[in-house]
Amino acid sequence: MALKNKAVGAHFLIEETEKSSLVTPEDFSDEQRMFAETTRSFIEKEVVPKDEAIESLDYGLTVNLIRKAGELGLVAADVPEAYGGLGADKVSSTLITESLAKGSSFSLSVSAHSGIGTLPIVFFGNDAQKKKYLPDLASGTKIAAYCLTEPSSGSDALSAKTTAKRSKDGKYYILNGEKQFITNAGFADIFIVYAKIEGKDFTTFIVERTMEGVSLGPEEKKMGIKGSSTRPVILENVKVPAGNLLGEAGKGHVIAFNILNIGRFKLAAGVLGSAKEAIRLSATFANERTQFKKLISSFPLIRRKLADMNVRTYTLESMVYRTSGLIDGALKDLDYSSSDIGWQSAKGIAEYAIECSINKVFGSETLDFVADEGLQIHGGYGFTKDYKIERIYRDSRINRIFEGTNEINRLVVMSTLQKKAVKGELPLLEKANTLKDEIEDLLENRPTDGFLKQETYLVSAAKKLFLLVLGLAYRKYGLNLQKEQQLLSHLSDLVIQIYAMESVLLRTMKRLEKLGSEKAENGLDMMRLAIFEGFDKTESLVKEALAHLEEGEALIRRLASVQKIAYRLPIDAIRLKGRIGMRVAEASRYIV
Amino acid sequence: MKIWVCIKQTFDTEEKIVIENGKVDEKDAEFIINPYDEYAIEEALQLRDELGGEVTVITVGPDRAENALRTALAMGADKAALIQDPSLVGDECVLARMLAEAIRREGFDLILGGNFAVDSGSGQVAIRLAEELDIPHIGSVTGLNVNGRQAIAKRDAEGDTEAVESTLPVLITAQQGLNEPRYPSLPGIMRAKRKPLERLSAQDLGLSDSLKTKTLIIEEYLPPEKEAGKILEGDLDQQVQELVEALCGKGLSFN
Repeated sequence: MALKNKAVGAHFLIEETEKSSLVTPEDFSDEQRMFAETTRSFIEKEVVPKDEAIESLDYGLTVNLIRKAGELGLVAADVPEAYGGLGADKVSSTLITESLAKGSSFSLSVSAHSGIGTLPIVFFGNDAQKKKYLPDLASGTKIAAYCLTEPSSGSDALSAKTTAKRSKDGKYYILNGEKQFITNAGFADIFIVYAKIEGKDFTTFIVERTMEGVSLGPEEKKMGIKGSSTRPVILENVKVPAGNLLGEAGKGHVIAFNILNIGRFKLAAGVLGSAKEAIRLSATFANERTQFKKLISSFPLIRRKLADMNVRTYTLESMVYRTSGLIDGALKDLDYSSSDIGWQSAKGIAEYAIECSINKVFGSETLDFVADEGLQIHGGYGFTKDYKIERIYRDSRINRIFEGTNEINRLVVMSTLQKKAVKGELPLLEKANTLKDEIEDLLENRPTDGFLKQETYLVSAAKKLFLLVLGLAYRKYGLNLQKEQQLLSHLSDLVIQIYAMESVLLRTMKRLEKLGSEKAENGLDMMRLAIFEGFDKTESLVKEALAHLEEGEALIRRLASVQKIAYRLPIDAIRLKGRIGMRVAEASRYIV
Repeated sequence: MKIWVCIKQTFDTEEKIVIENGKVDEKDAEFIINPYDEYAIEEALQLRDELGGEVTVITVGPDRAENALRTALAMGADKAALIQDPSLVGDECVLARMLAEAIRREGFDLILGGNFAVDSGSGQVAIRLAEELDIPHIGSVTGLNVNGRQAIAKRDAEGDTEAVESTLPVLITAQQGLNEPRYPSLPGIMRAKRKPLERLSAQDLGLSDSLKTKTLIIEEYLPPEKEAGKILEGDLDQQVQELVEALCGKGLSFN
């Protein structure tokens, strides 16, 4: 299919991706590496030494550091040059987000400001709004916060109770309501607020801190990210000028969902940075801690942990930068002189809503895993506040909750997929019809041996198995499938595993071609593990789904067919993990 | 004012040094601007912003050294020059001659460099350059003031501070404490791409291969691995006794 010139989200499910089209960290330009270097140096020298004060919620310090970050351009990447930003590509802004991660709570404050706080105006503001707000936001002289959640509306965001009433002369909207869990609330100057006009039209407003009637509730006493401000924002008869209505009345949901797409993707970039930091801390600790007269980094079980942490992080890294490249691809051919370029850009990113959710779920669960194993390596010390791994463990937990819980994101993957199929953007039904033949083809051409052949086969096989289960699920439930959350979650997990396995496969093959087999060896070891473990999960999800969808003879026939497709000679994971773990221990950090 | 900064790209200070086939292995190593040279760049930028003029960064090195120059341009330098010629791989004497040629042709008021490079640690190139250009130099500077054609530099002198006055042109080498080098900002990095970077060969500089190096590296090796330490125990007399025995056992004598 010739789809090269068109952005096509989720197409990885039904066709093969050419490895040359993939963006990987090995493709970073010198300029992008320098962006990352400046970001890391800033965090290392300016933020890390003040960690304790930031964690005690010193607003003044955080605001000062955001200003300093602003002077370096660290919060300006996504703002167009015409409004004082850098207008950088998404690969660059992703790399900046990743490189900020070591700053823990501070990084969260920065990302909330430059991401969900600033981007609504970047994408949906009119020229006047952009001119008025963006230069200050891009330089960090003003700080933004995003106000969607309310006490009674979390995942069900559109049920918000905050209201906006148009004044008689049409010059103002009067906002009333309470927003909850608002990141940066304590020191933000600009609030992006969602409210319903006359109680029905969900709409976005730019509210300034200094407007009369804006007040804050107390700081939440949080489990983690304690150095970030999280407070309720209370709106009592706030007169917001009509010119501060963002986008169009009644189109707030478009803004909310588009911003969430980007927020989810940026979250994945951030947790990638944190996962690397957790590996560095844990490998360093293992290289200093002696038990039984040996460094614990020499023990196979510790090395296995380091290997597992490193492999998952490598997989996530491959997914994150692949996605950033896809988004850049969707944005590069747009007409940047057009007045609705913001809307077009948001649409370009929305094309990859499924990939954004995949990254969010896989990323947050990867960091949880890495933080947990990292703490385990630290033993009793990891359970004390003297070691930073304890912080990372606590800070990690929120990532599975905000920007849409992982449960909501799993449902989003499938509902978006369904919409794409219905609109004819993704020929899923057509594929389901030819699936039988394709599976026969696949089995006929199944490689018996050969370098990377088995891994490539397994990724293709996973796609066929997904389509098989999806087809059966539709046959049984039709449009009622959307109520079958357990099944949808399984299907979504299959989609996530496919994207993970394929990203790691393609990146590794690209590295091999570029660097040769000696330098690519660690990547190859990691790829094999990632694919075999990913396929184990795939097979188990498929079987559980089939056991629900079929019964009796039919089930036995289906399982036999799955068995045939999924047959594989296991790899020696114990040996591979020993090798990878040894390399991580030697390097004392995440390595590819 | 024409300000030059001589820099060197060196191994990242966190890099592990590996010897392979009798040479330091550069494969996969990360490179940075020599930390002392960063002070020199920062000082040059501050002086330019205060007094006007332009800052040119210059280095002698392989292709990869361009990254160090780009970083300096991203910090705010105006121009860069990379002297590169396989026929002129050389010692401090040769490096100083090449730099002198390049700088003399363009003219200069102030030349800055690092106190020494963290890799070879010779601390010679900048001083030899001053000699080649027949100008005074002030080494290991921790504070610098330029007023018209007069420069007053503070330098470390065995724990005290010495103030040295000179007229321009003068060469200054930067010591830690001179300033706090800035990070290259993101907009600075984007602008750096468009700033001029000149590549110069021996021929461009009018230097022939008669400029041979005068020293030879015979061998490269790592320092011997540190042996495990020992904590002396017992009362003071016992400790002294044990120490004396240990020292004598190592072949030391006290006569």
